[in-house]
Amino acid sequence: MSNPKSNAERYWQANLRLILGCLIVWALASYGCAILLRPLLSGIHVGGTDLGFWFAQQGSILVFIAITFFYAWRMNKLDKAFGLEE
Amino acid sequence: MSQFVINFLFVGASFALYIGIAIWARAGSTKEFYVAGGGVHPVLNGMATAADWMSAASFISMAGLIAAGGYANSSFLMGWTGGYVLLAMLLAPYLRKFGKYTVPDFIGDRFYSSGARLVAVACLIIASTTYVIGQMTGAGVAFSRFLEVSNDIGLLIAAVVVFLYAVLGGMKGITYTQVAQYVVLIIAYTIPAIFISLQLTDTFLPPIGLFSDHVESGIPLLEKLDQVVRELGFRDYTADVDNKLNMVLFTLSLMIGTAGLPHVIIRFFTVPKVADARWSAGWALVFIALLYLTAPAVASMARLNLLTTIYPNGPTEQPIEYAERPDWIKNWETTGLIKFQDKNGDGRIELYNDSPAFAATAAERGWNGNELSVNNDILVLANPEIANLPGWVVGLIAAGGLAAALSTAAGLLLAISSAVSHDLIKGTINPNISDRGELLAARISMGVAIAVATYLGMHPPGFAAQVVALAFGIAAASIFPALMMGIFSKRINNKGAIAGMLAGLGCTLVYIFLFLGWFFIPGTASYTNTPDNWLFGISPLSFGAIGAAINFIVAFMVSYMTEEPPKSIQDLVESVRYPQGAGHAVDH
Repeated sequence: MSNPKSNAERYWQANLRLILGCLIVWALASYGCAILLRPLLSGIHVGGTDLGFWFAQQGSILVFIAITFFYAWRMNKLDKAFGLEE
Repeated sequence: MSQFVINFLFVGASFALYIGIAIWARAGSTKEFYVAGGGVHPVLNGMATAADWMSAASFISMAGLIAAGGYANSSFLMGWTGGYVLLAMLLAPYLRKFGKYTVPDFIGDRFYSSGARLVAVACLIIASTTYVIGQMTGAGVAFSRFLEVSNDIGLLIAAVVVFLYAVLGGMKGITYTQVAQYVVLIIAYTIPAIFISLQLTDTFLPPIGLFSDHVESGIPLLEKLDQVVRELGFRDYTADVDNKLNMVLFTLSLMIGTAGLPHVIIRFFTVPKVADARWSAGWALVFIALLYLTAPAVASMARLNLLTTIYPNGPTEQPIEYAERPDWIKNWETTGLIKFQDKNGDGRIELYNDSPAFAATAAERGWNGNELSVNNDILVLANPEIANLPGWVVGLIAAGGLAAALSTAAGLLLAISSAVSHDLIKGTINPNISDRGELLAARISMGVAIAVATYLGMHPPGFAAQVVALAFGIAAASIFPALMMGIFSKRINNKGAIAGMLAGLGCTLVYIFLFLGWFFIPGTASYTNTPDNWLFGISPLSFGAIGAAINFIVAFMVSYMTEEPPKSIQDLVESVRYPQGAGHAVDH
């Protein structure tokens, strides 16, 4: 904590890395599996249709919930680790 | 007890509850009026956000859209939930840390410019007003169908109820009413879905039922549905789309638009801490997902139910006779949302897809055109009747549809009134106004907004369908990029931000107007709204994402060609990034 400026900068870098990681998963679930990669995944059957359809109407929403809670949990931990919590 | 009395009891009881909550939670200060005193628990705030967000469109229209479009309309499901991921990571925590009352507050302060603030106010008012018209119309439809009053009387009742709790309670009253409205609307949505899922698939949870076997035929539900629609000349329900670019951009536009809608963003100003804003976004998404995971099941099951009602012996046999149609068709015929025309004069209801590819089969069967037109919007409302569910379920649906419309209307009206009283009057015209004066101005502007919305609901400007495109286009192309750049870049200055917002907004509006008519005046469209005319096959509804990209590019180019923002602004950006020292919403 001798150099609060660089501590804050490292916190922000960690936040940006976390956001980037979460956005990659977000895009893979929705734009990837549910739309663009659907033809590639058509061989995998799920309840009368294929995996891409499942992602489009159910899977992506479940992934979104998981990402949002994961981000909240990680960031609230980071706040404490960097001594920046309220 | 007649169906009318049951509906009346359900709707009346829910309204009494909302008004009771409003009296209990009335606002005494501007801080309570704008942000509920900044003390709402994250789970409750998540629930209120979910009710705020899920409008008449989500409750009434969405399942109908998916039923009609199948896989191709999955964009609505992903777009209207995926936006919360963006909100949770890119906007909500930092705007909570900033700690003021409105979205234009942040844009005006961060870009140190009353011009930027005014552009934001204009975007907010246009987006929210167009959106609120849809809610009032939705409430009017629900009233006129279930309470047997005229559309106008229904709208007036809705307006009085919203006026009572929104003007009296402000954000505080609205928040706690929305919690109650969420409970009403989610029960109303899921109970009929559970019944129908049990009937069709013997599965209790509708989202699991969607991917289970159809009891009657023993094959998976979706496979059965594909078979039935194929026999009638429709596209397979699960068929892939040809234009993937448009589907990607449409989904992206809905996501960015969701994250940029001011009435949703201000909900995150009401929680005590930055950490709570993050949790709250997660809870909001959970509560929203309960409906959004049920909707696709409702969509496919209602479509199958509808087709089996018309073709009780299977789609290759004769359809039912018009004289023997079930009561729910008769009920909805009176609203004009179901129409029958006996084109081949055989007294039977031939429902099929009038496409060239199916023409030979239709001719062979002696059919002379599709005879039944069913408005997508009635699917959810008529669902319990189609499945022969008891009368109280119908009453529940009526109360739920109204809860969805009113909760969203109240949130939008609050966003409009705070933009007028806080950003226009206090921020621009009369900065010395007292707290009491500002509170009065907020209440008056909300009253005016309700009156305007009610008037427009009674006399819809004839572009109700395009309204959603406009609201999402504006939010996606102007508000979301400005907020995001304000937080993630210290280099964007006032000139860049204003140029970016105007460029993004301008391009989006022009593209929408080209295909849907200039200022939505019928007959003034420059091109017919068909995929052949669209630029690279991008529909006007999908253009918000392109508008946002233009906003980002212009803002960066202009900012880097002009001077850096002052040190105080760079410090402001620095301060919103770290939760430490957020304290309570700044009084000013």
